[in-house]
Amino acid sequence: MPATSPAFEAVGITKVYRMGEVEVHALRGVSLRIWDGEFVVILGPSGSGKSTLLNVLGGLDAPSAGVVRYRDHDLARADDRALTAYRREHVGFVFQFYNLVPSLTARENVALAAEIATDPLPAEEALGRVGLSERLDHFPSQLSGGEQQRVAIARAIAKRPDVLLCDEPTGALDAATGRSVLEVLDRVNRELGTTVAVITHNASIGGMADRVVRMADGRIAAEIRNERRVSAGEISW
Amino acid sequence: MRALTRKLSREILRTRGQGIAIAALVACAVATFVGAVTTWRALQRTRDVLYETHRFPHVFAELVRAPEALASRLAALPGVAAVETRVMTEALVDIPGLPDPASALLRSVPDEGEPRLDRLHLREGRSVSPGAADEVVMSEGFAKANRIRPGDRISAVIDGRWKVLRVVGVGGSPEHVFTVRPGGILNDDLHYGVLWMSRRALAAALDLTGAFNAVGVRLAPGAREEPVIAGIDRMLAPWGGRGAYGRDLQTSHRLVTDEIGQMKVMATTIPVVILGVAAFLLALVLSRLVATQRMQVGTLKALGYGDGAVGGHYAAMALVLVAAGTAVGVAGGYWLGSSLSGMYARYYRFPAILYEAEPAVGLAAAILAAAVALVAVAGAVRRAVRLAPAEAMRPEAPPTFHPSWLERAGLGRLLSPAGRMVLRDLGRRPTRAALSALGIGAAVACTMVAAFTRDASSTLVDHEFGRVAREDLAVHFTQALHAGAARELRSLPGVWDVEPFRAIPASVESGHRRHRIAVLGLDPGGRLHRVVDARRGGVEIPPAGVVVSRRLAGKLQVGPGDPIRLVFQDGARRSAEVPVVALVDDLVGLQVVMDREALNRIAGDGSLVSGAYLAIEPGASGDVGKLLRRMPRVGGVALADATRSSVERMMEDSLLWFTGILTLFAVLISVGVVYNGARMALAERERELATLRVIGFTVGESWRIAVGELAVQVVAGLPVGWLAGWGFVELTVWATSSDLMRLPAVVTLANAGRATAVVVVAAVVVALWSRRWLSRLDLVSVLKAKE
Ligand SMILES: Nc1ncnc2c1ncn2[C@@H]1O[C@H](COP(=O)(O)OP(=O)(O)OP(=O)(O)O)[C@@H](O)[C@H]1O
Ligand SMILES: [Mg+2]
Repeated sequence: MPATSPAFEAVGITKVYRMGEVEVHALRGVSLRIWDGEFVVILGPSGSGKSTLLNVLGGLDAPSAGVVRYRDHDLARADDRALTAYRREHVGFVFQFYNLVPSLTARENVALAAEIATDPLPAEEALGRVGLSERLDHFPSQLSGGEQQRVAIARAIAKRPDVLLCDEPTGALDAATGRSVLEVLDRVNRELGTTVAVITHNASIGGMADRVVRMADGRIAAEIRNERRVSAGEISW
Repeated sequence: MRALTRKLSREILRTRGQGIAIAALVACAVATFVGAVTTWRALQRTRDVLYETHRFPHVFAELVRAPEALASRLAALPGVAAVETRVMTEALVDIPGLPDPASALLRSVPDEGEPRLDRLHLREGRSVSPGAADEVVMSEGFAKANRIRPGDRISAVIDGRWKVLRVVGVGGSPEHVFTVRPGGILNDDLHYGVLWMSRRALAAALDLTGAFNAVGVRLAPGAREEPVIAGIDRMLAPWGGRGAYGRDLQTSHRLVTDEIGQMKVMATTIPVVILGVAAFLLALVLSRLVATQRMQVGTLKALGYGDGAVGGHYAAMALVLVAAGTAVGVAGGYWLGSSLSGMYARYYRFPAILYEAEPAVGLAAAILAAAVALVAVAGAVRRAVRLAPAEAMRPEAPPTFHPSWLERAGLGRLLSPAGRMVLRDLGRRPTRAALSALGIGAAVACTMVAAFTRDASSTLVDHEFGRVAREDLAVHFTQALHAGAARELRSLPGVWDVEPFRAIPASVESGHRRHRIAVLGLDPGGRLHRVVDARRGGVEIPPAGVVVSRRLAGKLQVGPGDPIRLVFQDGARRSAEVPVVALVDDLVGLQVVMDREALNRIAGDGSLVSGAYLAIEPGASGDVGKLLRRMPRVGGVALADATRSSVERMMEDSLLWFTGILTLFAVLISVGVVYNGARMALAERERELATLRVIGFTVGESWRIAVGELAVQVVAGLPVGWLAGWGFVELTVWATSSDLMRLPAVVTLANAGRATAVVVVAAVVVALWSRRWLSRLDLVSVLKAKE
């Protein structure tokens, strides 16, 4: 599966938050490669730096030191304008809280992202891929949590992003709903070839991945490559 | 409670931008209120004190000549408390260093003791010595404009004789707080003033020894004016009485009193508008605070804080802002009031303006502002108090949205999702959007009123001097002369054109309604001095019948075709009934105008002229003035250009701060409304905007969505503002129009355009500024938080 050169390459990145006198080391030298089309699950205890890493990879945050590249984009040294362009062209985000725009319907929330992309999926198709063809014209307040999360995924994939970064996408959902969301992510990865990175606290989700990255105390503690990816339906909660 | 106080101060600090905007508006409202109220009270107090201490008469009369013995009979009229007879005349004067002809009202000062009525107050020097034939006291404005000090010499033509006079004092009296020519309204301190002179000396010069030609009367407390006026008229009629009149027709009194009235209007209208906008913003900020702090309210209640503590907490927040604004406003108001008083002191010659920074006015403003604030935040506070703790701890139900009616009408397809966000948010809070638009409208209206006052004043001056009184000089004879006098003027070198006029004091009557005015007779087809309607232009002088100011016609309740009665109070004292031919919308004073020959015919004393309007060679006014001084019957000369520039200077002076302040208020209102709107939009939309940024919207793109709603409100507010501005203009015209002056309701496109530009620029600047907040938005932390 690994191609010749990785999509993401992070070398020795650190992230230090300064809060007055106190320095919080969120990342203490993380080196990581992610290849195109990979499905990566990031596990680790609370505060171990998972979100920080994902945000750096997604261009939401810059590392304090180290090198991060996405293909030919230097993410560590890019300015806000370049990072915005990078997110716009390449990255889809999914968060624990769905962050849908309450005044827009499912279709319009997706169209919002499609609008600024060069070759977007039609909103209907993106919603079809997450199994919400029937709910196009519903407002977020009329959808369940799982459905809202699927709209958020549809919105993320409508831009045909190269990578989909998900920070605890199932964190607020029950087992059945969570599985349906994971199924969607799996399908996006297989059918569209999108690189997917998922942060979770549920170790069994790691079974779905090509590779599991374990973080502890701002470092990568272990990397495990799975021989076989289990389907979302087989995951215990 | 201490922790709650700390929470309060942190929140005020956190929302300080909005707090400052609100406090600034409150400060403006309070400052205008305090400034205007203390100023009108100061003017009123000053006027009333001067009138009492210096014994301002209640009734005035002029006549040809009556024996002094008549005075005791006048004093015996029921209701009369005091009488003082006078001698006075108009005269041409020569002031060193002043090339143009000037004129003055010469008034007598009794030789024995102080004047009983209309006492002099001296700014410099002393009063005239009894019987001194060459001493005068000069009115302050006249002296200041010509830099005359006690000891300086001037000369005057009194009854045809040249006299050198020594100025011994500079001062004023209640009848001349504002100095204008008899029958005039617009002043020219450089070329006109009052000279007080010994009664004996002036009477001797005028051949009025043992006689008088004017009288002032003070009424007994509680006495009615009309029977006294009627009694005086009856008694003076055989002596050439020109009709007694009360204070309402005394020009100086009217001008001072109208000014006080206008201050009162300003003290009420402007603060109400500004306070209204401040109240709206306060309500907005507090409602939002309570909405976002639901959980905190619930927690506080769960901890055992009572309703009073919770309600008080939020009410206190409003009161702190208002208190800060009020403190600044009261201080600013006292400053404004004292500088306004200083400005008035330049035009209204009081001994001193008794300005007081009255604490009661500041207190009233504070109470008013606090009351308005409490009413404004009552809804939000009630919501906080009413929240049941258990319910409050649950997050508010997610807002429900619907496609807006525009979309249902099929226009939705034209809009991008971003456009729909804007539209639906507006639809969800229509009241707030409407109030914001109203706030913008108020700002536009304020600017329009400011521009209007300026435009209207210059239109008035242009109308009066460019269309009505186009003469270079107006010459008044001391008495009506044969028409030959006008021909004599025509023959003077440097005089190009002469248009004679006749003016006869009369009582104009319709039924029981009457008005005392000088009926003006003009020759038809005149080019120098015309009757001009502000809207319809020049009005023909009809061969018979009169043209009447619309305002006067309203008072007399007559219209075109109705007859009115003219009871002349001069010459043969005839009376006649004439038809009203046309009404004229004029701007300065009131007028009853007819054909000069027709007027002379019904007056029955021959073909006479009272004076003439002159067109002269440019630059010849000095030479013509010298020649006029040799003509014994010329009493007064008015220079149109000098009067015009004097009026313009005065308007400039008073309008400068007025328009400046109103424009400042308008900018503050628009900045306040837009700033609060932007803050609110950003706070409420933080999450959405962060999401947009994460998806890949640039700062600019997401900013456009955030300010889209504001843009719609501003655009919606503009027509509201134009309409309201127009309404305010009409209101101002109505509230400020008087017998003396009426501002024309001019609202030009340029005016509305400028007002729009001021407000839009203010809004755009704030909106651009708000971009900074967006670029500083911490995407990660916003999205990490639970909804
Ligand atoms: N904005 C910030 N300022 C200061 N410290 C921060 C900030 N963001 C994160 N941190 C700290 O950095 C460390 C790593 O945080 P991060 O959010 O990456 O952890 P995480 O692994 O995602 O945890 P969780 O599983 O709880 O989401 C933590 O100790 C956190 O307190
Ligand atoms: Mg995290």
